[in-house]
Amino acid sequence: MAENLLRIESLHKRFGGIVATDGVTLEVERGEVHALIGPNGAGKTTLIAQISGSLAPDAGRIVFNGADITSLPQHARVTAGLARSYQITSIFKRFSVEQNLALAVQARSGSSFGFWRPVASETALEDEARAIASQVGLAERVNAIAGSLAHAEQRSLEVGLALATNPKLLLLDEPMAGLGPDESQRMIALIHHLRESVSVLLVEHDMDAVFQLADRISVLVSGAIIATGTSGEIRANEEVRRAYLGDEITG
Amino acid sequence: MSDVLLKITGLQTAYGQSQVLFGIEMEIRTGEVVALLGRNGMGKTTTVRSIMGLTRASGGAIELRGKRIERASPDAIARSGVALVPEGRQIFPNLTVRENLEAFAGNRNGTSAPWTVEKVFRLFPRLAERASNMGNQLSGGEQQMLAIGRALVTNPHLMILDEATEGLAPLIREEIWACLAELRRAGQTILVIDKYVERLIKLADRHTIIERGRVAWQGTSAELDADHGLWHRYLGV
Repeated sequence: MAENLLRIESLHKRFGGIVATDGVTLEVERGEVHALIGPNGAGKTTLIAQISGSLAPDAGRIVFNGADITSLPQHARVTAGLARSYQITSIFKRFSVEQNLALAVQARSGSSFGFWRPVASETALEDEARAIASQVGLAERVNAIAGSLAHAEQRSLEVGLALATNPKLLLLDEPMAGLGPDESQRMIALIHHLRESVSVLLVEHDMDAVFQLADRISVLVSGAIIATGTSGEIRANEEVRRAYLGDEITG
Repeated sequence: MSDVLLKITGLQTAYGQSQVLFGIEMEIRTGEVVALLGRNGMGKTTTVRSIMGLTRASGGAIELRGKRIERASPDAIARSGVALVPEGRQIFPNLTVRENLEAFAGNRNGTSAPWTVEKVFRLFPRLAERASNMGNQLSGGEQQMLAIGRALVTNPHLMILDEATEGLAPLIREEIWACLAELRRAGQTILVIDKYVERLIKLADRHTIIERGRVAWQGTSAELDADHGLWHRYLGV
């Protein structure tokens, strides 16, 4: 059995009287695309925030790549190999695609911070930025200003920014949001290609994408995992159908 | 045939130097559900923004019940009976569910059986349970129900929904589709933008496909259902 890359043990998080995370235990294996699905308000984004370190759990443990990271700050988790993309696109809109990626590479490598030199003058940064652009399908758009990119391209750039940190695990929060059918298929192809080099924890409501990509699926309802299994097992799970899928069984 | 409620003729809209709409022509008759389709970036939301007066048309005409509105302010257009359920919902986070609804309640189309806050609670029992919760305490699905409820309590002549099912769980999406079908049966005129073509074919009477700011195709649900070449060519399905 593959060694777990991420192990979450009995995680709890409460906001006043609202229980957002209610004893979540979840494992992501190396090389796996693991989808996290669940109703709106089930606590998926809160869970991702605790894994990435932007939110501290009240109790429980997060073990990543063999080390307890529960109390590590967010930037240290990025260094350890955890990268997150957001539901809402967050890029530097006035910078070019290449500058966005070069900045992310630079932030990871700490290569320079020579404030008096333009970032693009560093050939190694530039090369890596272009390689990532190519990886996410933006090779032809490296000089485009990020704010002028189509929505789908911006989402791809955001995945590129996460990749620039050289992650072991990519946390993707609704990467299909706002994409049209053909754009969704391109994003699915991109994630499928990425799995060769990085594990993925995917939060997504697009069931076509989830069923096409996920090795395993965990279902979060009211802050607790009610089922984990393969696509087939999840589709056949009556409790999951009642709580989340309804009759929309696709693929 | 029913009256024409909304008539768009030669609509042109630009953001600065960048023209997005190049002569959109479409009409919506009273009681109809019309879907506006097209890939991202083709001008669907800009068409809606132009109807609402949020982005001023640079040419052409928009008539609501025979009155020109393309130069009117967004608040005047809303008062004349057009309600938008916007992309991103945009409910008031610091008002309760009930307050979010009460702030908009009115009878703009003069119906004898208007939508009231209580009637919205019957349509969405989930909202009734959350009546005292603040907007920012709602899940995405509940926020979407509230955004639809807020449009309904204005009792609009025309209700416009821009990507109302985006980011929603499958079960909640089904609730939204069921709600729209119920509104259709009740005679509500609706213009809807969404990416789920199969659901739109079940819901809508007619469809307008926009491609690069121009109307590429218009027709009925049966016609769209029968021509999957259109889906592939214009919608990327």
